[in-house]
Order: sequence, then structure tokens, then C-alpha cells
Amino acid sequence: MEEKRVLLRNRGKIDPENAREYIAAGGYEGLKRALNMNGEEIIKELEHAGLRGRGGAGFPTYRKLQFAYGAPGDVKYIVCNADEGEPGTNKDRILLSSDPCSIFEGMAIAGKAVNAHVGFIYLRAEYSYLVPILEAALKTSREANMLGENIQGSGFDFDIKLRSGAGAYVCGEETALFESIEGKRGEPRFRPPFPGIKGLFGKPTVLNNVETLANISVIFQNGWEWFRTLGTENSPGTKLFTVCGNVKRRGVFEFPMGINLKDLIYEVCGGMEEGHELLAVQTGGASGAIINASQIDMTLDIDQVSNSGGRLGCGTILVMDDRNCIIDIVRNNLDFFRGESCGKCTPCREGGTRLYQLITKISQGKGSVKDIDTIQDLAETMRLTALCGLGHSTAVPVLSSIQNFYSCYLRHIDKDYCPVCSEEGE
Amino acid sequence: MSNEEVYSYKTPSSQLVQIAEIASRYKGRPEMLMKVVIQTQKIVTAFSASVAAVIAREMDIPQTQVYSFITFYAMLSVKPRGKYIIRMCKSAPCHVKGAKEIVRALEDLLHIKMGETTEDKRFTLEYCPCLGICEQSPAIMINDRTYVNLTPESVREVVRCYIRDEVE
Amino acid sequence: MIHLTIDGEPIEVKEGTTILEAAKLLNVHIPTLCHHEDQAVKAVCRICVVEVEGQRLLPAACSTPVTEGMVVKTASPKVIKARKNIMELILARHPQDCLVCSKNGSCELQKVAKDLNMNRPNRYEMQVRDARFDNSSPSIVRDMSKCILCNRCVEACSQKQGVMVMAKENRGFDTVVVPPYGKLLADTSCVNCGQCIQVCPVGALSVHDDTERIYEQIDAGKYMTVQIAPSVRITLAESLGYKPGTVTTGKIVHALRKIGFHKVFDSDFTADLTIMEEGTEFLHRMQNHGTLPLITSCCPAWVKYCETYGYDQLDHLSTAKSPQQMFGAVIKTFFAEKEKIDPKDICSVSVMPCTAKKFECRRKEFHDSGFQDVDISITVVELAKMIRTAGIHFEDLEDQEFDAPFGLGSGAGQIFGSTGGVMEAALRTVYEVLTGETLEKLEFMQVRGLEGIREASLTIKGQEIRVAIVHGLKNVEGILEQIKAGTSPYHFIEVMACEGGCIGGGGNAPKTMAKVRERQRAIYEEDQKLPIRKSHENIYVQKLYEEYLGEPLSEKSHKLLHTTYHSRRDLLR
Repeated sequence: MEEKRVLLRNRGKIDPENAREYIAAGGYEGLKRALNMNGEEIIKELEHAGLRGRGGAGFPTYRKLQFAYGAPGDVKYIVCNADEGEPGTNKDRILLSSDPCSIFEGMAIAGKAVNAHVGFIYLRAEYSYLVPILEAALKTSREANMLGENIQGSGFDFDIKLRSGAGAYVCGEETALFESIEGKRGEPRFRPPFPGIKGLFGKPTVLNNVETLANISVIFQNGWEWFRTLGTENSPGTKLFTVCGNVKRRGVFEFPMGINLKDLIYEVCGGMEEGHELLAVQTGGASGAIINASQIDMTLDIDQVSNSGGRLGCGTILVMDDRNCIIDIVRNNLDFFRGESCGKCTPCREGGTRLYQLITKISQGKGSVKDIDTIQDLAETMRLTALCGLGHSTAVPVLSSIQNFYSCYLRHIDKDYCPVCSEEGE
Repeated sequence: MSNEEVYSYKTPSSQLVQIAEIASRYKGRPEMLMKVVIQTQKIVTAFSASVAAVIAREMDIPQTQVYSFITFYAMLSVKPRGKYIIRMCKSAPCHVKGAKEIVRALEDLLHIKMGETTEDKRFTLEYCPCLGICEQSPAIMINDRTYVNLTPESVREVVRCYIRDEVE
Repeated sequence: MIHLTIDGEPIEVKEGTTILEAAKLLNVHIPTLCHHEDQAVKAVCRICVVEVEGQRLLPAACSTPVTEGMVVKTASPKVIKARKNIMELILARHPQDCLVCSKNGSCELQKVAKDLNMNRPNRYEMQVRDARFDNSSPSIVRDMSKCILCNRCVEACSQKQGVMVMAKENRGFDTVVVPPYGKLLADTSCVNCGQCIQVCPVGALSVHDDTERIYEQIDAGKYMTVQIAPSVRITLAESLGYKPGTVTTGKIVHALRKIGFHKVFDSDFTADLTIMEEGTEFLHRMQNHGTLPLITSCCPAWVKYCETYGYDQLDHLSTAKSPQQMFGAVIKTFFAEKEKIDPKDICSVSVMPCTAKKFECRRKEFHDSGFQDVDISITVVELAKMIRTAGIHFEDLEDQEFDAPFGLGSGAGQIFGSTGGVMEAALRTVYEVLTGETLEKLEFMQVRGLEGIREASLTIKGQEIRVAIVHGLKNVEGILEQIKAGTSPYHFIEVMACEGGCIGGGGNAPKTMAKVRERQRAIYEEDQKLPIRKSHENIYVQKLYEEYLGEPLSEKSHKLLHTTYHSRRDLLR
């Protein structure tokens, strides 16, 4: 199967630090077009394109812009969420390191739409080695007058500041990210008020994922009609998929939305390593559902994955073969969530660790069916009552694994020896 | 480590002067705390009480605020750490590709457990969440450099380079 | 207006109203833990979740604004199940030693747990949050094992008081609220105001209990004297279940005698004495180009704040001691001499609305009698406990009078308990001393109220006097900056650390500003009832000067009634 390289068109072909090369490859043409459009026209274009957020929730991008556009206030911000923390996800790193100007372009277009003049890129600390690339690309973009004052003589000013995280998954949550940029602990805020009305520094803010912003650039470079020719009706465009785990060929691949998961695993990634069989797939990172081998004939677009109980999320596909144990994987997921809970709200702060303790008990062969009930009850409460998405999604891998791998739970409870779990110990 | 050791270690005054210089640039701008601590971390590996007090004084914010901030973020520490911080990715993509063998190799080589610092204060072993290099797992990060597709043999070789001071 | 239904009942409310507020209007009770009516919405405990038709999740009632056509269920089975599950998580980290907890009976967690009918075994292993126990402070006891991370204390300390002694440490399951770097509270810049105790819903922060020490002293046969602060008569009854603003002076006097005090005195008396000294000091500074503005010094939390954050502005503080400490010095000198009691046999106790008074009486400066001037300071909350412990039926107590000679206070001394009261008391005296005329209207309405900073300007005998009244230490930051910059427009400033003044002090029953308003109304009513309403007209104060002190600012007054301050800037390191 052939990849469809739209967002990755420049990967390895241009010097990412040099905006001139991006421009020579057709870059910043979208911004030039947008500079001649008013806010309503820009938002309309995105509405026609049907672009939906690539960070996880799949929210229509034009609506985010619309909120901020309609919000009163002279100062507004555009924020790029480059806090790619979802385990198993690398796509934003690839975009940031291979084609940063396409992200800047998307931010500038969004800025033009809502009349914001300052953008922030919040980069996770684990990607600090990308700072020099981004700074160089910002500098050359300013030199080319694609950022800065009076861009291309349009009278529109827009510049971008780089901000860094310091190791906190929860800062990928938009309001936690704002708190972090404001110099505080990255604890999510309650909503409403929504960021479009009251976001960064209390100002109307549009926050988008790196990949979403890169999509804005290509939409304005090629037009919404072209964008609609890619992907599915409800999820137009391409998607970057990070495939990791036990497949022969791992990597970040770009395909139109709607590719089949089974094809992605077997055709693109060459299937399982020799002598092993597929056990499970987790889509959307640690906060995604874990499905079994019989469920992988699935169309990958935002709605269809959701309909089957999971989430496409950031497009992460973790493939696990028969050397793994689901209990062990869920335990790993929960260990992650308990460590990354910010501790602000009760259900997530307390529940995350309790789920981890319960699954550990089961993995050690000390669990009971009652513990499974407790896990389900608690996970459901977390899903319903936690303050932010982190608490809600902690429940997803647990509940899906109980549904799709119930026999595995029972096997551990019946104290059948599990080679994987016994090795993990405490 | 006892509380006493965690909280009473000293930061040399020459370093405090450098830190004060950085923090003073952002007086009255609490939103720049992240920038200040990241730059501070290039000077010291950990935030002692005196480091936090200097930052607080120069930025005109409460010391408690600095402390609370530092203890929130995984990459910032109030406890003394080694010159080289080796971070082992703990997330599932590395986990399913043999992270535990890498951990074992690191612990054996450095004679410390995860979370500990070598006696000569050169190496600290830590777990960290996903490093975002999952298509090349298992992966580690040493300070801000990443090493990927590791095997027990290759990780030993990498760390030996640091032991022999062959990495600039 | 927004129309919605809550538990089947339609209601119309203003836009921006939260579900919690709307439910309250319908008398529908939604349990809360982190919510506090005078604080920012936090939405962290999640105990107030409700079901909203058409919503997948259960939103928190405290933070969710109502929307048109909303259908809310506040107690559906789904909601109750979620609340019980959340409570179960909280209880699995919270010691269940309620019977011996200082907040037993007044704990918000206890009440919510009881209402939720948590009658099943907890499914999780008990893991107390943080075993660190800190009673280093003379005022505040921290037992973080009981903390439920509502964050109210952090807000009170940082937002209202501008101190920020405590904040969250770590994250997730390991989150705790502590002073930084393992410091004990006594080693921090904590001003002992106790506003954190006021908002703590559980027993994590409580008043340092000194009641046992009183029994010990009674048992040791000491001559027990007690003084009660102006606001105690206003706020004590609340701790015993009365309505806010119920004044019970005579019952308190009676109860104190029953507990075992030989003499029951009124701090209103030394409040008047404070006005004589401080007012004279002010006039002296005005007339001799002394350091101005003069700032009041009767609030020990403010004094420590100034010593820490305004360490280079200490010469602005009035050297006059607080009423508590003036009393302490006078009892072990003048009173002891007069009554022929060896001062070492006297145990001088104070009942205060204040936790910082416990710190104040231990200051090394306050040994002017040759002994610790005030031996034990207890709060209103502790006295209420002693009354209950003694089995006293407060309701049925006959009113009794204070003991002479320190049982008489003026209305001016009485209003010391409210923000603006010290200023008003001072102005009544300063005006009459300066002009030699009798004030026609004693009420200085400009200085009354509850705004954080109030200003007034008066012209007395052709001289303009500009004054400011500040409460809530956060509000004093700007005032101190002005003084530092030399741009302060004021001559005289009253500062009280706690919002509302002493009637909002940390030693009272938990306040809300609505309750403080009631208390304030009551204190001004008391003033109006009193026959003498100006400090300089207090005949016993006049007699004390005649018989013992000479005159305000005399050598003897200086020795007994004035003090010094010292920088505590080291606490910021």
C-alpha cells in the first residue's frame, strides 16, 4: 500500500530550519491566500474542509476558531500543542523536526482568522533537542517576512514564542497547558469557561495540535475542495499513524482517513514478527481501547473508531503479539496514568492508584471476581466524574480490556501461572 | 535518602549568583518561571532550598510557589541528582519491546536501582513516561540525548561511553 | 433569565448562576467539600456531581453554569453511586479516629459521609495521605493525614493573606499540602492568623489547644485571671450553636468564673488604654514631624507580617502594645501590687478570637513584669470547648459583671474587634484632645464597612488627617510599597490581618463573610448601648494613669505599655 504524503510531503526533502526551502516547495502560499481573506472567510474555508482536530478529541477545528473569533477582547492567542505525551505517539515530533514551517503557517492563518498576533508553541521537555530547529525555522520565517510585523505587506502582525514543558503528560490537556505557560503547576481548569472565551492568560485562545495546524496550511495551499478528496466524509484529509509494538515494520505513516486497521498492520507494517501471533491492538495510545485480534477489521476514521468503543485519538497503533499479557499491559497503562495524574481532583488522584493496586493484585494471582467488579465500578465513576480528560480516559483501557479479554482476567484470578506477570512482580 | 539530606544540601554561592542573574531578568513576571527553572537546570541538577529562595526573591514570588512548581514536573527535582540523568521510558511501546532487560542492564552496570544516584554522583537512573520515539523502542534519554532500538549490549556500550567521559 | 428544572421543579435564575446556586434557591441540598462561599470555585472534590439530561458525564454542580432548558437530577441513583464511590476513595486515605479529632462534630467530611450513608466496608486498603504531624507552631496544628486536598487553606493563605506558607507538593496520589522543603510551620513566614483553620473542612488544620494548660494551672493553685477580647462576647455563642451576632457578655463572665477564674476582666479596658497610648503617640508624631504614617500594632499577625515582609519599615509601627499585652503587663505589676499577690503566683489568661495571640504572648519582648506577661492565650473555639467540658448549660447562665477595676471598657474599646474599629476609637479621642470640643456624632461612618482598603480624610482644627483601614494582609502589600517609595498619602493606618478584623479572626468558629456582617452589626450595636463611648472618658483608665502610670508616654507607660520590633527577613530565605 502506497502512503499518501501530504503532511509529510517535505520530510527529508527540505532543510527544516530554512524557511526559504519551505517556500520554494510551495510553503506559506496558504498564508498568503489567507492574508487576503477576512476571519469569516477563513473559518468558512475550514468549515467546508471539514477538518477535525488531530490531537485526540476530533473536534471540528473551525468551531474552535469561531468561538475565539466571536469572543470579545483585543488580545487573543493561538497555541500549538506540541506536548505530544500520549504513549506510542511520535507523529508531532516527525512534523516538528521535518517541516516546522508548515505548523507556523497554520498558526499564522489561525491568527489571521481570529485577529490574534501572538502564538505560543508548547513543546514537551522530552523534545528539547528540537528547540534549535524550531528557533532556526522561526528566525528564517521572520526573515522571509512570513512571521513578524506587517506580514507580506498585509498589515497583519503575527509572531510565535516557544515555551517548554518539564515533564507532565497532563499538560497536553489544553487548560493544563495554559496553566503551565502561565508559570504554574500544570493542573487542568474546570470548564466552562472554554478556552475560546477565556483561555491563556484569561484571553480568548485557539489551541490546536501540531498535526491539525499542519493540516490548516495544506487546506489553504490547495483549497478545501482538494482536501475533501482525501479521507472519509466525516473525517476528511490524511492522518499520521504511529505504529509501534510487535510488528515487523514500525514507524509514522501517512494515509487518508478511512484506512483499514488490519491492512495497516499486515500490509503496511508487514504483520507480526516471525513465529508470533497477534494478541491485541491498542488504538489512540494509553487512553485508547484495547481490542482483540478478531476486532481489527476496522475502518480508521474518527467516528468509526468511536462507534466501536475506542478512539482514533492521535492515531497511535500499539500492536501486541502473543508474548504479551493483557493484564500486564493494562497494569502498565495504569501505572502511567497514576504517575501522570495531576492530583487535583479526587476521582483521578485516588482512583488511578487504586485501579493500579487492584490490577496488580490480579496480576499476582491474588485477585477475585469481586476485584474485577470494583475495577469496573471505580473506572466508571472516574469516567463520569473526573475533572479532565486524563481521569476520564484512565477508564478506557481498563474497561475495554475487561470487555474484550475477560477470560484473561479470569485466568489470572484462577491463579493460572502467567509467565509475563510473574516476571513483572512488584 | 532522609528528609534531612533531601532538604539541607547546599548549592555553591557562585551558582546561586548565576541563578540570581537569570531570575532577576524576569522580576514581576511569574509566567516566566518555567523558563527560569529550565535555564537554572543547566547550572544545577536539583533545586535546593536556597536555589528556590533565590529564584523567589529575584522574581518576587513566594518560595512556596517555586517549590510547588518544581515538585509537580517530573523533569525537575528538589532532590540532588547525578550529572547524567538516564531516563528509561516506562510506557507500553518500550515495555513490549523489552524495556525490562534494558533496566536490568543499566542497574547491573551502574550498581544502583532505578530512582537512585551513583555514589560518585555521576549517574541517576529514573523512569520516565513515553519519550515519543516509540517506533524505535526501547529507548532511553541521557540528559537531552536519546538512544533508541536498544539491546542490553548496546545500552551498556552507550553508558560506558559516558563512564569513560567520551561524550561531550 | 435562564429556565431549568432541578429534581422536577422548574426555576428561573440569572444567567451565570451555577447549578449549585440554583439548587440552593430551591432548598435542594447538594453536598460539597471543596466549595466555600467566600472563595473561588475549585471543582476538585467532585462530591457535588449531578446528572444533567443529555450529558454523558456527571458535571460538578459548583462549577457548571445553568443553561436554558437544562434538566438536572441532583440525587439520582447514578449520582448517589458516584458520590459514594468518591467518598469511599477519600475515606480510604483519611484516618477514622473521628472521636478524638479536634473537629469532631464540626467536620464537613464527617457530615457529608454521614449524609451519604457510607455504611459499607471500604474496598480499598487504608493508606493515610501523609503521616507528618506538625505542632511546632504555637497557633496552628497541622495533621496532614486528614487533609482532603480541597485547597481552601492555600487560597486563604496566598490570595487573602498574601503569605503562601503552604502549597501543594508533588502530584497525583502523592500530592500533599505542606510548607516547602520539609520546613516546620514555626520556621516559615506563617503569621499565625489561622485563616487556614477557618476554611479547613476537616481536622487537618486546627487551633493549637492550650486548654489542658489552664486546668493544670488551676490545679496548681494559681491565682487565675482572665481577660476577654472585645469580639469574644460577639462570637463565642456561635461556637455553642447560637446565631451569628448573638452577644453573651454576662454569660461568658459567669462561665469563666464557673471554670475557675478568680478575676474576669475585660480587654475593652486595655483597648481604651491602647487608644490613650497610641493616640498620644500619633499626636506626638504629627506635632513633632515623627515617622508617618503611623500604623496600628495591636494585630500580632500583622506585626509578624510587617517584621517579615516590611522589615525595613518597622519604625512606622506604633510602639504601643496590643490590648492583650498591656493587660498582661498591668496585671502582674499594678494589679499584683494592689492586691498584694506575688506575680509569680498569678496565671494570666486571655480569651481571644485569634490564634496569633498565642504567638504574641510568647514573644520574648513581653516579659516586662519580670515574668511572661500573659501566660496562656486561648481562642474562642477553645473556650467553647471548655464550657462544654465543664458541663455548663450556657443557655441558663445568669449574666454576671466583670471584676473591678479592669471590668469597664468604653464603646471605643468594644469596636476594636471590627475592622475600622481601632481607627474610629482613635479618632474619637484624637478629635477631642486636639480640639478640646465634644464630638457631636461619634460614628465615623467613613471608616466602617468591609471593603479591603478604606480611606477617609478628616479636617480637625484646620489640619487634614488622612487615614486608611486595611484588612486581609494581601491588601497591605500595596500600602507597604507606597510607604517604601515614600508616596504614602496617609497619616494613620489601621491594619488587621483577618478579613473583618478580630470578629473574623482565626480563633472563632468558621466564618463566612455573611456571618462576619452579622458580627459586625452586633459589635456596633454594643458600642451604642454603652454609657461611655470614648476611651479617654473611661474613668478606670483615668484612675490607672493617676495612681500608677502618670500620663500616656510617661516613662512607666513606656516600660509597661510599649514595645519594640525586629526584622524577620531571614524567614524568607
